[in-house]
This record gives sequence, structure tokens and C-alpha cells, in this order.
Amino acid sequence: MTGTLVNTTVNGDAVQFACPTDESLLDSLRDRIGLTGVKEGCGTGDCGACSITLDGELVCSCLVLGVEANGREIGTVEGLADGDKLHPLQDQFINNAALQCGICTPGFLVAAKALLDKNNNPTEEEIRYALAGNLCRCTGYDKIVRAVQAASKDLRKKK
Amino acid sequence: MRYEAPTTTKEAASLIAGEKGEAFVLAGGTDLLVRMKTGLSDPDLVVDIKHIPAMQDIKTTDSGTKIGGAVSGSRLNSNKKLKKAWPGVVEATNLIGSDQIQGRATMVGNLCNASPAADSVPAMIAAGAKAVVVGPTKRRTVPVEKIATGPGRTSLAKGEIIESINLPKRTGKSGDAYLRFIPRTEMDIAVVSAGVNLTLEKGLVKTARVCLGAVGPTAVLVQKAAKAIIGSKLDEESLKKMADACSAACNPISDKRGTVEYRTKVAGVLAKRAAKIAFERAGGK
Amino acid sequence: MTHDQSFTNQKFKLVGSRVNRPDGVDKVTGRAKYGADAAAPGQLVALFLRSPHAHAKIKKLDTSRAEKLAGVKAVITSADLPDHTNGAQLDVLENCMARDRVLYDGHAVAAVAAIDRETAKKALKLIKVSYEKLPHVTDVDEAMKSDAPLVRENIFTRGVDPKPTKPSNICKVSTFGHGDIEAGFNEADVIIEKSFKTEQTHQGYIEPHACLASVGPDGNGELWVTTQGHYTYRTVCSALLGMDMAKLKVTSSEIGGGFGGKTHVWIEPIALALSRKANRPVKAVMTRDEVFKASGPTCSTSMDIKIGAKKDGTITAGSAHIRYQDGAFRGQWGQLGAMTAFACYDLKNVQSVGYDVLVNRPKVAAYRAPSAPMAAFGVESTVDLVAKAIGMDPVALRIKNAAKEGTRASYGPTYGPIGIGPTLEAAKNHPHMRAKLKKNQGRGMACGFWFNFGGQTCSDINISADGTVNLTLGTVDVGGSRASMSLICAEELGIPYDQVKANIADTSSLGHNDTTEGSRGTFSSGMATIFAAREAIEEMKERAAQTWDIPVEEVEWVEGEARAVGKKNDNLPPLTLKEIAGRAAATGGPIAGHNEVVADGAGVSFASHICDVEVDPETGGTKIIRYTVIQDAGKAINPDYVEGQFQGGAAQGIGWALNEEYIYGDDGRLQNAGFLDYRIPVCSDLPFIDTEILEIPNPNHPYGIRGVGETSIVPPLAAIGNAVSNAAGVRMTHVPMSPPRILKAIEEAAEA
Repeated sequence: MTGTLVNTTVNGDAVQFACPTDESLLDSLRDRIGLTGVKEGCGTGDCGACSITLDGELVCSCLVLGVEANGREIGTVEGLADGDKLHPLQDQFINNAALQCGICTPGFLVAAKALLDKNNNPTEEEIRYALAGNLCRCTGYDKIVRAVQAASKDLRKKK
Repeated sequence: MRYEAPTTTKEAASLIAGEKGEAFVLAGGTDLLVRMKTGLSDPDLVVDIKHIPAMQDIKTTDSGTKIGGAVSGSRLNSNKKLKKAWPGVVEATNLIGSDQIQGRATMVGNLCNASPAADSVPAMIAAGAKAVVVGPTKRRTVPVEKIATGPGRTSLAKGEIIESINLPKRTGKSGDAYLRFIPRTEMDIAVVSAGVNLTLEKGLVKTARVCLGAVGPTAVLVQKAAKAIIGSKLDEESLKKMADACSAACNPISDKRGTVEYRTKVAGVLAKRAAKIAFERAGGK
Repeated sequence: MTHDQSFTNQKFKLVGSRVNRPDGVDKVTGRAKYGADAAAPGQLVALFLRSPHAHAKIKKLDTSRAEKLAGVKAVITSADLPDHTNGAQLDVLENCMARDRVLYDGHAVAAVAAIDRETAKKALKLIKVSYEKLPHVTDVDEAMKSDAPLVRENIFTRGVDPKPTKPSNICKVSTFGHGDIEAGFNEADVIIEKSFKTEQTHQGYIEPHACLASVGPDGNGELWVTTQGHYTYRTVCSALLGMDMAKLKVTSSEIGGGFGGKTHVWIEPIALALSRKANRPVKAVMTRDEVFKASGPTCSTSMDIKIGAKKDGTITAGSAHIRYQDGAFRGQWGQLGAMTAFACYDLKNVQSVGYDVLVNRPKVAAYRAPSAPMAAFGVESTVDLVAKAIGMDPVALRIKNAAKEGTRASYGPTYGPIGIGPTLEAAKNHPHMRAKLKKNQGRGMACGFWFNFGGQTCSDINISADGTVNLTLGTVDVGGSRASMSLICAEELGIPYDQVKANIADTSSLGHNDTTEGSRGTFSSGMATIFAAREAIEEMKERAAQTWDIPVEEVEWVEGEARAVGKKNDNLPPLTLKEIAGRAAATGGPIAGHNEVVADGAGVSFASHICDVEVDPETGGTKIIRYTVIQDAGKAINPDYVEGQFQGGAAQGIGWALNEEYIYGDDGRLQNAGFLDYRIPVCSDLPFIDTEILEIPNPNHPYGIRGVGETSIVPPLAAIGNAVSNAAGVRMTHVPMSPPRILKAIEEAAEA
């Protein structure tokens, strides 16, 4: 492999890796720095399982080149909890049985957090459209939407 | 694959012009990375334009609004002024993919990918938008409808890059709208689509532009459809005339997303619905 | 020890409560490890070369240049694999790697293992294949014609008399039923005959097939894999590759969805073969495109349904001719469709004939209640037409003809206590039925059936010295079963739920468990867990008796402790599980309970669904407004996850009904092998999905459990078909009811 050196920040930590220029950030995160919470469901931006934030913006990491991460800030599911304290979304996903197989869960959590960061009291419709880029094949989305509603309530109470 | 991230458009243009192999501009990457993943493209050079300041601007001047080539859909959506002036253009761009895609995808990328089903393109054409094209040596300004020449093909010469899209200044009572038909509520490519932009005078349509997507090799500006509603209050008769003109202008294919008959019929339906929204937005009653 | 599996109407403390799953934290933090998440030192990357043709002869296959490329450690073609000619596993192996013909677009012809992806990609390009294209057929009706291109040359139709002498694409004809259908139709006041078609769909699990294989020259091997049945994978892989079963350790990763599609091997045997050849670990992960083209979707179908009824609603006869394509390899999918078609009804005269047909498409695998949804679409749509023809409410018509205890099922057996009647009554009384419909909206309902399955299971309970308990299971947890098994274990032992830690064992740590399919997980693992717990309790009673020095007959187990019974033992304070466990070393060593069982008597399952749909008459676009699932669970162990199964099945059915389909071009190639154009429902497509759990105990399970995983996908095609037909005012007979199909039907009806 001929690699390009990339200096980036992942979940607040400085990280350095080398990757081929045509490698996706998804592959870099999984294979170079071992963050396998970021999942590949399609590799073409259609399923959202690889959702991350890049400088705070929600993106599919399969549609970003690893080299583009140089100097940027990346957020993944691994950075959601604060130490041993789960994020309200994580708690409510468990409480509401919002996951069955769980493969889509990291992407949903990252996307739902991006939504709640912008809008802490979304309507059901806003939640459904904000999560339309994340495919779940197990749940029919019912309990996922309910979990996001419950978490948004928790977050509003906290303030 | 060589990856370059220049800081000026000219530099970017020169890099691409100088590459002997396959060279691509990387804006949002939401088309390019899919092509790479599925083996449709194996670039020798990728030029990331997101580090070029001019590409990241949304600037409103006396003559209109200039939107940089690397401005993402989500940035467009958070620009309230632009949304107010050109709601149809913004909503068309925002319809592309999910929130994740919106975090990256750009109007110019959508245009240069040259898919006949590109969502932002009929809206831009209806709006009368112009593209600022920068080559290694000169710049030119071209109406958006002159960019795509067929599926995946553009009129841009090698090394030419679109730096920005210029939307005309809004005056008087005006409104635009874009609608597409997709089988789901999100995440699909338009089966057929319609963008309508119009201005009103004394409650009647004074000027109009109607543009269809996914009904031919490129977006189709339908002058007869515009004519059908100019001078009207969008009464049923003129709307029907417009819809018929739209259907008549269709030259679609049957493919995995829709049939010739379906696209032809629904093009008119969507144009009617979009015209009504644009009319309302312009303050029409 | 044998155990009585009869239902006992036990009163529960824990079972039936909503508990958080034990693997929840791992799954919300990204820590849970799925198929593609494992890595081994020195691992190679495997990639597959696949056929671009629907049907072709492989004239020449030259891998020499790829083999010489630096960094390539192994290349495998069919020539490198054991010869299974005339063997039972031949079809399985030929599907994993084409032998001398490719049978579908995406059929694997070679695989490479290299030091990294870039090298493996380059190697694939260096493999030269020359094909001679052969005529192909992808449509089931076309494939049945006498002049159709033959998918295989050695298939002779089974189930027909006389035995055919010419090969055919029809591999099997299966007939079920009883009575005299001609006489039944003669009795009818109304006869409805209609033909239906359904397109091919995929399970659409979000996690692609993935594995990490490692085999050494000593014949020892390990396979980490996403699967619904790691024991089955072990059986098949070892047979295919000539390995000793005990020396191949298969570990099931967390599974990112299966729905039947991960019951079968695809890339795994080849990954093992590559590893054996390279003597290094090999990781293989399918791309999404490969998943669509070369795993195992469900069938496309075509069928003719005929139902006759009297004016009072009595169905006098039903017949079904159903044609299912199995892909390029033999299956029993048409047979299953024929068996399920009329299973909801008590019919005097019924006949269903299923055809299993080969086409140039990927090998069909199970998809949630495999074959039942399509047959239900045909039958339940026709039942609605009958109701309309005689002017009867469609729910009332179904209630009148519903199967009940003692009914002879159309596929043979006589039913015990079943839930079809109660689900229909619940549907009739559900508030959904009274919700107001607006313009362009329609309501539809339908019912569905699935057999359910039990099978081989074993389970271990090991009690730790501190009183916490390890529950070891071999049935893969596909949707939260570790939580329900822990509930059952805690219930039996009388300890808190959180003191049980459930774990899915690898194949070397526990005896064989059948694959998690056929809705068997909770039924059979639940049974083995109950029996294993009861054995552990017997052991603990022995230990208590020994401690107290009284006969074991004087010890009973109540609320997690041993109590000495009888007046003379009044002075003996109870011994808790924890206390007994703490003394285990001194009373006879570790305390454990085991059970190995062939779980029989899985209770059949029924559901009724109600759906409201809005149709845009100008575009044919649809929107699901309301959806209600009513299903018999026997006993819901963890209701949250029972509801989850109901909702998930309904959502998959909605996708199938409205938009999902495999689209093949005239060239026989799949045109939509991705989530962009294979349109599974997204979050904004669906409303909340209401559920109602009924509990009609299965007499053959101590807790009354019936499987719940599959039945929920059976009614949706028909329920939505009926709703769309009511909303659009025109009968829809072709699934998916995509907007172009709906608009066309509306326009044709308007013209007529």
C-alpha cells in the first residue's frame, strides 16, 4: 500500500493514520483505527449505517475520502457516551427496544443526535424525515421514532 | 490516484487540464465516490475544490445571488434569504438524498453529474440560473440549460470547472417551486419532475419558465408550457393546456424507475401542481 | 432425563415483563462485533469474480496471471474444490462457485485472497474468463413453457405420473388438499377466478454476508461468521471441504439481520478454502451489489386462484395453482406456497398445486415465512372479491370460514387450539376498523398463517459460586432472544433477571442447535432452557438435602431457594440459590443443568392485519395511513420484542407490497442491485404500526409459546392489495403495486 498521512481528530482525540488516496473514510475508520462501530451496509450512501459527523455536519463516511479528513473533526457512535454515562438517545434506544439486530443502530444514533442538536423538540414527521437516510430492516421504525421522542424529552428536561 | 486540494479555481482547472488520465472534480463526492465504489470510475486524479474560498461563498449582490460550487445542500438550506427568494431552487436541492447526503452534495455537482433526473437542475433552469465556468485561461458565464448535453455528458471542456451558480435578483411578485415524483417519500431518484418559476402582474402570470426532469436526455425547458399560463390566473383551462404541453414535450425512456407512459402523464400532473405552488408563493390568488 | 413439555398454565413473575436486552449497551456504543468486525493477525482480503451473464458456458478460465501478482496468496476456482459429482452437496458447492456453467448474473467463478484490497482488486482484473453465452430465462411462466431454455440439463419433474423422460425447468409438482373441488364449485352461488403475480424480493438485511476464516494444514479451522445457524454452517462447510466437523469451530458473530437469508452458505466455504490454500486467515465481506445478485432472495411467483361460495358466505371450494421460481437450483418453495395457501380456512373441498421452477436467477433462500406471503396475496385478494360479489363484510366472511380446533388443514394435519378466529374477532372489534377514511383512502385486511418449527436444541446452565448464572445457548440470537431466554431461566430458578448472563456458544462449546429459522428460537431454546433450569434445580435440591441431611423428597424449590418441607423440618431455614452455590465445592462440585431436546409440537401461528392506504389517483403514489397487526404469540415472553417482530414483519411486507422488486433486463442481468433502486421502506414512509398480542397457549410447550417471528410478513401483501384496490377502485393483481402499475390500472379501468 502507498499511503497518504492524515492527521485528524476523532471523538476529540488526535489521530493519525495513513491510507491510499482512494480509500473511503469509512474504511479508514474501520480498518486503520479500528472504529468498527461505523458500519458498511451499502457503501453508496443509501443506508446510513456509516453515519458520522464531519466538522459537526452529518455525513455518510462511505462517501468521504479518508484523505479529506485531514485537519477535520470526526464524531462517531463511539464518542456518544460521556464516560460511563450513556447519551439519553442510547438509554432510550435500549429502554424502547428500538433495536433488534442492532447493525443500523450506530448510524441511527449519530443521525438522531445530529437532529436533536439542531432541534430539541422535533415532531414525529421531522424525526421520520431526518432519519430517512438510515435504513432499518428489523423494527419498522416504530420503536426507533418513539426512542428519539423519549430522548428529546429527556434532553429538554435536562436543560 | 492523485488527490489534490488547491486553493484557487484556476489552479484546480490547470490541474485537471494537465492530467493525461481520468480526472475528476471532488465537491460533495456523493456521485463520484459511488462511481468509484461500483467500479464505474477509476480516477487518476481527484481535485478537491472545497478548499477554494470562492467555491464556499453564498453572496447576494444587486444583480442576484452567487452560490459557490462547493456549497452543500445543508448550507443552502440554512440561508434564510436565499430560501425566501428562491424556495423552489433550495427545496429542489434539498430533495437530493438524505440529511447525510445534504451534508455534502452540491448544486454544481448535481449539474455536472449530468443525470437527466438531477433534482436541482430543472429548478435552476426554471429560475434562469447561470453557471460561471472557469478554465485554466478564461472564464465564461453560461445558462444552466447549456451545461448538460446528455446523460453523463456536459459541454464543459477538459479543465473547465463551474465555480458558481448565479441566480437572478428577485423583483416584484414572484415565486418558484419544484416537485418530483418518487415511489418512496425520500432517498429515491426522480422518476419525473417539474420546476416552475413565475412572476405576477395585477394577479396574472406575467412571465413563466417551466422545466421538466427525467423525461429526456437532459432537463427540458418547455416554452409552450410557459406560454400556456402567461396571462392567466392559473385557471383550470390554462393549467390543462400547460400540462398537455409538458406531456407533449416529453421524450422519456422506460427503465427500472418508470415507463414512457407514466413519465409522460405525470410530468403534466407535477407541472400543474408546481405551478400552483409557485403562483401561491408569488402572492397569486 | 425426559421432561414433560405440556402446557401447565404456570403463574409468572418475570416472563411477560418488558426488560432491557443484555446486549443493549454493546449495541448502542458500537462495541458489538458483527461479521465484518473481526480481524486476525496476517489476515488476507478475499474478493470474488462473478459472472456478468445470466447463462453461459465457461470455455476457458485462466488465473495464472493473477496468481503471479505480488501479494496474491491464493486463487480458487471450482477446480480447486472437492469433487461432489452425484453427491448431496453438489448444488450447494456449485452455487458457491460455478463449475462449468454460470447460471445467473453474479454467479461466482473465481476468488482471490491477497494482502490487501487493492491487490485483490488488481488480481481479479488479471483473471481471464471466456464465456459462451447460452439462452436464458428469468420469468417463471416463460420458464415453464416447453420450448424454454433449460436452466439445468438433468432435471426431471418430480411429483408427476408418468415419470417424465425429457428434462424440464419444472423440478417438482406438489399437490395438497382434500374433498372434491368440482363438487364444491358446483355447490357455489358465486365463483371468483383470478390470476396474480408477485415479483422477487430480497430479505434486505443491512449487514452484508461477512466472515473471517482460518484453516491450518493440520485440518483445524475456525470461522467467525454472521449467520442464523453456525452449527449448520459447520455441517455444510465441513462436508463441502472434507473437514472433520469437530475440528472446525464456527462462532456466530452478532448478526445484522437475516430473515432467512443467512441460513445458507455463500462465500463462507470459499473463504475457508482460500485460507486453507494460503495457510493464512482470510476475511471475506460481500458488497451490497453482491448481496443482491448472489445471495438468496425469495421467489417471484405467478398463480391462479379460484374460490366458490354460497350466498351465506360458506366457501364451498378453493383451488390454487401456484408457480414459484427457485432460482437456478432446486428448492421446495412452490410446495411450501401450496401448503400455506388455504391454511387459514376450514374448507370441505380444497386443492392447491405448487410448481417449483428453475430460472436464471440466484438460488432462492428462505425469507420470513418463506412462500406464504405470495400465496396469501392470491387467496386473500380472491376472498375479498368473493365478499364483494356476495355483498358480505370481508371480515365476517373470513370469520365464517376460519379454521378452528379440529379443522383438517388444507395441507394435511388436524389443528389443535389455534388463533385465526380470535385474531379475526379482534380485528373486527379493533378501533382501527372504525377510523374515518378520507377521500382517496381505502381499507383492507387479510390474514396469514405460518407453520412454525422446533428442532434440535441444547442449552447449558452453569451456576457460579456467587449465585449468578451463565446460560449458554446455541440458537443464534437474531432479535433479542438472549433477553427472553434470560427471563425464562430467571423465572424457573427464582432469581432476578439481571443475575443471568446469556451467551451464544460457538460450535465447540455446546452440542448441535438447529438454525434460527422457522420461528423456532424462543419455542425450542425456551423449552431447553426451562428443562435445563429444572435439572439445575433438582441438583440444588440434592445439595440442600445433603446439607440438611434429609431425604431430597422433603425439599422443595420456591422463589429461588430450597425449603425443607414438613413439620419435622420446621427448624431448617431456607437455603438460597446463592448459599447453595457458595457451598458447591464442598457438596459435590459445580452445579449445572443441561438439556438436549428435539423440540416437537411448535404451535401453528395466525395473524390478521388491517391497513389503510391513500392513493394519489393522478400519480399512482401510495401512502400507508394506518396499520394494525394482530397475532397469536402463544405466550409473549418479552412483549417489547414480540411487538418488534410484528412491526418488522409488517414493514417488510409493506415494502414488498408497494415498491420492492428485482428488475431484470432482457439480457438477464439484475438492474437494481442496490438500496437506491431496490426500495425498502424508509422511516418517513411508514406510520406507527399498532400491535395487539393474543395469547392462545400452545399445548405442546410448558409456557404455551408459539413462534412469532415470521407470520407477520404473511398478510401485508394481501391486506395492502385489498386496501389499495378499495382506494383506487380497481383490483390490483400484481405485486409490487408500484405507482406506474397503479396508475396504469386506474387508467385502464377508466377506459373500460
